[in-house]
Amino acid sequence: MALLEVRGLTGGYGETDILNGVDLDADTGEVVVIVGANGAGKSTLMKAIAGLVRIRAGHVRFAGEEIANAPAESMVLRGLAYVPQERNVFPSLTVEENLAMGVYAQPKRFREGKERALALFPDLAARLATPAGRLSGGQRQMVAIARALMLEPRLIMLDEPTAGLSPKFCSAIFARVQKIAQAGIGVLMVEQNARPALAIADRGVVLAMGRNRATAPGSALLTNPDIGRLFLGG
Amino acid sequence: MLEFVNFYLIPGLVLGAIYALSATGLSLIYGVMRFAHFAHGDLMALGAYVALAASTGLGISVWASIPFAAAATVPAALVADALFYARLRRSLPAVLLISSFGVALMLRALIYLLFGPTPVTFPLPIVPPLVFEGIRLQPRHIWIILGAGVCALMLHVILSRTRAGRAMRAMSDDPDLARISGVATAAVIRLTWVIAAVLVAVAGVFLGLDTQLQPVMGFNVLLASFASAILGGIGRPWGAAFGGVILGLAEECSTFPLRDGAPLLEPTYKSAVAFVVLIVTLLVRPQGLFRGMI
Repeated sequence: MALLEVRGLTGGYGETDILNGVDLDADTGEVVVIVGANGAGKSTLMKAIAGLVRIRAGHVRFAGEEIANAPAESMVLRGLAYVPQERNVFPSLTVEENLAMGVYAQPKRFREGKERALALFPDLAARLATPAGRLSGGQRQMVAIARALMLEPRLIMLDEPTAGLSPKFCSAIFARVQKIAQAGIGVLMVEQNARPALAIADRGVVLAMGRNRATAPGSALLTNPDIGRLFLGG
Repeated sequence: MLEFVNFYLIPGLVLGAIYALSATGLSLIYGVMRFAHFAHGDLMALGAYVALAASTGLGISVWASIPFAAAATVPAALVADALFYARLRRSLPAVLLISSFGVALMLRALIYLLFGPTPVTFPLPIVPPLVFEGIRLQPRHIWIILGAGVCALMLHVILSRTRAGRAMRAMSDDPDLARISGVATAAVIRLTWVIAAVLVAVAGVFLGLDTQLQPVMGFNVLLASFASAILGGIGRPWGAAFGGVILGLAEECSTFPLRDGAPLLEPTYKSAVAFVVLIVTLLVRPQGLFRGMI
């Protein structure tokens, strides 16, 4: 049984369903990458798992427990962390306060969490007192991932962690993602930057119109000519 | 010069302190819940009247009756939230605004019912003003300015040094991200009401001390409170406090006799200053001095 099991997930905003029966597995220490065209439902899928979008049908099991439509604020204590695509830091809070928000549910773990965060992202050490709103896009992304890792989650969901970043930052982020997975944390990642992401993925999931189009090892998706033409830009 | 200090600067600071207390609460509520709380002025009046009842009924000083004022405004705000605002949390901000207008009317009706429409004053002993080099200071004015300063300091400590305060700021930055981080938003909303209601109770008692009590006293300063909050940048409590002081000074100084003994602005037009400040802010710098959330 995988750590995260999504079965037949259907849901969306208001009356419209964006997800029409998605299946997905993600396990500890594994990088799973979700790719697909704009509007395929990638971000909505993550929000639904995180408890921010209403699930109308289907199951989401995390560590064997049903968590579909559980309150978003309860996920962090279950060990499910989520970094949204945009607006993923608290801009008026300093970097240190952003990290503190990562241990909001267990404030006593701030010190150890901060040590681990700074070990993974040493660049942040000099910026602890800076409001996160004044950081560059790449630094914000680091703060966002660091915040999500503060309570040592079992699975971290990253929504387009490299969106809008320079190639230098992109490879830095992908290197960190691999490191996180090596530490035994599951990584579920949505990426527009599909080729480099699939290259480090244990598994890739192609979404189209809110449904699974293909699920295969990352390398297999990369070499599949159909998938390449449709979703990876040739 | 002395005339300016005694009759314009000091009253301006006193009025500014009152606006600041009220506007800070409005700004906090806007930041956390994203709506303009129209019942804030009537909540203020409720606080003032309950303080009056406590100080006359129990024979305690007006200052000692402030906790009684807060003991009325805090439950009133929490009940209004539980009965009305909580159900509308996912509606448009305008819907919440209108519902808070309804709450304002209910509170005001309650005040009319319990205390009557006639203006009254706090039973204050007559104390001679303190005079320093010609500067005349009413003791109550000193207390009002000091009291507002203490409130501002306490709010600052709560917002910047405590976990709950950090959660309030986080929620005002991004409610969804706060929930993802494990913040129970319902508890943060309750805390916001408690803080805003305490601040507005203090503001109400101070306003009653500065002038007199009447059922519309709070509604009369609501526009100035909103103007202060917007001038400072809505959702930014520090900006609101600063905006309040600026607006209080602007209102009082607007009647300064600058042109050969005739006032700059007839005192009757004093309350228009808030409108002018509001319009100019929205035209020139709609995000406010400290970059609000609009």
